[in-house]
Amino acid sequence: MIDLLTKPWPWHIAGPLIGLMVPALLLVGNKQFGISSTLRHVCAACIPNKADYFKYDWKSKLWSLVLALGVIVGGWIGTQALSNGENIIISTSTVSDLQELGINDFSSMLPTEIFNWENVLSTSGFLVLVLGGFLVGFGTRYANGCTSGHAIMGLSLLNIGSLAAVIGFFIGGLLMTHVILPLII
Amino acid sequence: MKHIKFLFIGILFGIILVKSEVISWFRIQEMFRFQAFHMYGVIGTAVMVGALSIFLIKKLNLKSLDGSIINPKPKPFNKIGNVAGGILFGLGWALTGACPGPLYALVGSGYSTIFVALGSAILGALVYGILKNKLPH
Repeated sequence: MIDLLTKPWPWHIAGPLIGLMVPALLLVGNKQFGISSTLRHVCAACIPNKADYFKYDWKSKLWSLVLALGVIVGGWIGTQALSNGENIIISTSTVSDLQELGINDFSSMLPTEIFNWENVLSTSGFLVLVLGGFLVGFGTRYANGCTSGHAIMGLSLLNIGSLAAVIGFFIGGLLMTHVILPLII
Repeated sequence: MKHIKFLFIGILFGIILVKSEVISWFRIQEMFRFQAFHMYGVIGTAVMVGALSIFLIKKLNLKSLDGSIINPKPKPFNKIGNVAGGILFGLGWALTGACPGPLYALVGSGYSTIFVALGSAILGALVYGILKNKLPH
């Protein structure tokens, strides 16, 4: 049993469990699944500014900040208590593609060549962490949703706007992966 | 305290994100290179279960714990905003290897440099909020 928990979970277990977040939030609190709105609530709660976008009662959205706090705690539990410490096993063709880009450390969830503090102020580290993070925040707010709010909740509601957003996610992701990323790492 | 139930749901979500390796930069690269089914399987089955759940909730007229009627509203379709914002987010997703949920789960997992990405994401949301009225939607 412990072995089953500590091994990586296959998609046919993890996917349906993520899908169950949708009815869990609806049944427990009549809330719609979504994570990226928390970035807005953090700004509204913590950063003094004059923009209309942040003039609302963020306290009424406290539940979603608590949800995000739970995700942080869950990340800690999953990594500290439920991990078998083995290397992540990804497709051999991805491994060789990434090795051509100079990535050779596959021992954690992220390539340590890019995600380390010495690298943060280098061009590649700055682009990945600072620009990448900025685009995630700006883009999800402009699109009014992220992978959870649009891809999972939105597509579950058969919402055409969410499908358009998800197509946008893939256009951007493919462009970055195949055209821009090889130039910057 | 009334929000503690959301803490538990978040904890479960965080554990699933870690255990399914959805938080891995490598898995996102694999997805955008079409070299494994994993991420498509995760997102695809999540949507199927989500859609089936909503169908059943409506069919059975299930109510929320507080007794309110469950009637989730689809987000409005902003043609330019959804697509342009989506593309910008996609660029960032493939760079950082993380969407917002995994950003939080990675911070909890102890990947300290992700604080930089999360801080930048909050800054990105702030800049969007300031520029919102000047952007086409």
